[in-house]
Amino acid sequence: MSDADPQARRNAPALTLHVPEPPYRPGDTPDFSSLVVPPAGATARPDTTAEPRETFPLTDALVRVLDEDGRAVGAWDPKLDPDTIRKMLRDMVIVRVFDDRMYRAQRQGKTSFYMKCTGEEAIAVATAGAMHRDDMHFPTYRQQGLLVSRGYPLTKMMCQIYSNAGDHMKGRQLPIMYSDKEHGFFSISGNLGTQYPQAVGWAMASAIKGDSRIAMGWIGDGATAEGDFHSAMTFATVYNAPVILAVVNNQWAISSFSGLAGAERATFAARAVGYGMAGLRVDGNDALAVYAAVQWASERARSNNGPTLIEFFTYRAEGHSTSDDPTGYRPAGEAQQWPLGDPIARLRQHLVALGEWDDERHDALVKQADAEVRAAQKEAEKLGILSEQGRENIESMFEDVYADVPWNVAEQRDQALKEAQG
Amino acid sequence: MATMNMIQAINSAHKVTMARDPDVVVFGEDVGYFGGVFRATEGLQREFGITRCFDAPISEGGIVGTAVGMAAYGLKPVVEIQFADYIYPGYDQIVSEVARMRYRTAAEWTMPMVIRTPYGGGIFGGQTHSQSPEALFTHVAGLKVVIPSNPYDAKGLLIAAIEDPDPVVFFEPKRIYNGPFDGHHDRPVTPWAKRAEAEVPDDHYTVPLGQARVVREGAELTVLTYGTMVHVAAAAAEENGVDAEIIDLRTLVPLDIATIEASVKKTGRCLVVVEATRTSGFASELVTLVQERCFYHLEAPVERVTGWDTPYPHAYEWAYFPGPKRMKFALEKVMAD
Ligand SMILES: Cc1ncc(C[n+]2csc(CCOP(=O)(O)OP(=O)(O)O)c2C)c(N)n1
Ligand SMILES: [Mg+2]
Repeated sequence: MSDADPQARRNAPALTLHVPEPPYRPGDTPDFSSLVVPPAGATARPDTTAEPRETFPLTDALVRVLDEDGRAVGAWDPKLDPDTIRKMLRDMVIVRVFDDRMYRAQRQGKTSFYMKCTGEEAIAVATAGAMHRDDMHFPTYRQQGLLVSRGYPLTKMMCQIYSNAGDHMKGRQLPIMYSDKEHGFFSISGNLGTQYPQAVGWAMASAIKGDSRIAMGWIGDGATAEGDFHSAMTFATVYNAPVILAVVNNQWAISSFSGLAGAERATFAARAVGYGMAGLRVDGNDALAVYAAVQWASERARSNNGPTLIEFFTYRAEGHSTSDDPTGYRPAGEAQQWPLGDPIARLRQHLVALGEWDDERHDALVKQADAEVRAAQKEAEKLGILSEQGRENIESMFEDVYADVPWNVAEQRDQALKEAQG
Repeated sequence: MATMNMIQAINSAHKVTMARDPDVVVFGEDVGYFGGVFRATEGLQREFGITRCFDAPISEGGIVGTAVGMAAYGLKPVVEIQFADYIYPGYDQIVSEVARMRYRTAAEWTMPMVIRTPYGGGIFGGQTHSQSPEALFTHVAGLKVVIPSNPYDAKGLLIAAIEDPDPVVFFEPKRIYNGPFDGHHDRPVTPWAKRAEAEVPDDHYTVPLGQARVVREGAELTVLTYGTMVHVAAAAAEENGVDAEIIDLRTLVPLDIATIEASVKKTGRCLVVVEATRTSGFASELVTLVQERCFYHLEAPVERVTGWDTPYPHAYEWAYFPGPKRMKFALEKVMAD
């Protein structure tokens, strides 16, 4: 009997479909004790000129620098001076305070939408510190830390959130979909994953022109399922592009846990292996590990040693956005149980361990950050909140569809103005 | 009978069809345990099991592509694309595969599936939560395109779509999920419960594809519309004292041309009202059909009310949305002389 004969398969087991489910749902008590968290300092640091395959063991490990006591240990310690660390801590605190205030502003009806990056602040902030000011980022909506770290005015961010006269994108984009060429921050898209191959293209252009600047593309764990992720990986490896490709694995994509993007089978970093690309898996709540990994990958990209895929392992501590209530799909206390801790607390502990920080200075920092964010908000609100927008300067809405205004758009502009008057 | 909003009606359509037909499977981003970001699939996983309603990876190309494979096996996939604005990664599968399969194989393979997706503006969703891309699908031979405007139709049309032998793209006007919208954004929202169309049978029934509904009979003007704009257009005609025959197309492909023709020949005037971008929109198709078939009955040029030829601008929601003012000017124009 051949294999094709159904008789021969009569006793074969019934096939079953596996649908990933997270270990804990609302009402459960989350327990992360089975999570393997390698000790800080345990991973080797290959030379930045190493063959990609030398990094492959690191795709299944976790680069960590800060130990339980807040000391920086191991080969990945970037050995930063205290001022640099203090700047990172300050930027992370600003991001958190900013997020809290803008979340509240949305709740107060001052804008339509907001997204926080709570628990993930170290990733963007430390990355910005480890790269050159003129390197180019193709971010997602959770890398506000890049702008803050590069000194982008908080007021301008808020004006974008309010879509008011201070928004240089003329109120056209959803809140937090920032863009700023000056600050090396490419326009954020609402369509997931599109920025990933774009980052590779920018890096290819830099190589075509013999430039020295590199690019970094960002994506979430969930969005790695999009085809654009795989296109980016292919182009990056084919052209040995000077690019860093980051996966921010915060373990959730709205209500879907990372298992739905393949995390039950392999790490996100391990995808580098199949493409023959260097890969690193990094504790995303450890600012020093983030810094070290990005510094390593930048050096590599800048010296024509090619792209690196970095998975930042972290946890989305709050809801997906102001439209989301995570208690509908995960246990309420899960964020507190998360064993890799809070990135701000961990960096603070480190500075204290160094003798370069104390509670008093930290309280002063938080107070200062709060004052700065409040002042920025006051400034931004002088130019108006969202509900006051959209009535004036209506003609601006018809600009920039093309370089010139074609007849049909011009006619529609005139009609819109007539509607606004009549 | 129960009083339902559109979400509840759509949810009920899933339940009814899943109970009757074990080959119906539902999947999409966040649709499983959570029940979808708009809650349209709430409770389906609990009731029918995790292999009948499940979450999908964030890959619209993967969602539609695997639906093709499932349909090839003999299942009836009903997939959700979280927002119509995110359908484009799945567009190749829809246009090149789903739409043409019956034709290219002389019906050896067919693609009975439904691709549901919320669309449209009026929610301050910015460029990527507001689009009305129906014309990108009506332009593709082999796809049926359905857009309900109320709970009763939503359930009946969705059941008909699921039972249809061909692929259906089912656009849901998200602005009116919870209540009809007359275009006056400054007035409080009325819930569906106040409306007759919210009375929805609990059981199986269908609203056949390809049949328009005359929402209001009228003598002076035919208004062709669908989705959210049914309510905006009806309110505007009333406010402007025009005795308009309001036709809710419900199905764009196949189109109920007989109802359109009869109405325009009766009234002698026609206004087409859609939310989408103007150029090459479905409104253009409707205007052409009316011109081709009713030219000698027309007393005035056929007019269009549409969105502008720009991306959907966040802060300018109400300057973009074709609301009462745009309706008023268009009504004046089409009713002149
Ligand atoms: C192409 C596309 N599909 C779906 C969505 C809807 N959506 C917005 S964010 C999101 C989850 C993304 O999760 P992840 O990539 O893990 O990023 P995170 O939000 O966790 O930072 C989804 C499904 C979208 N914006 N674009
Ligand atoms: Mg995520």
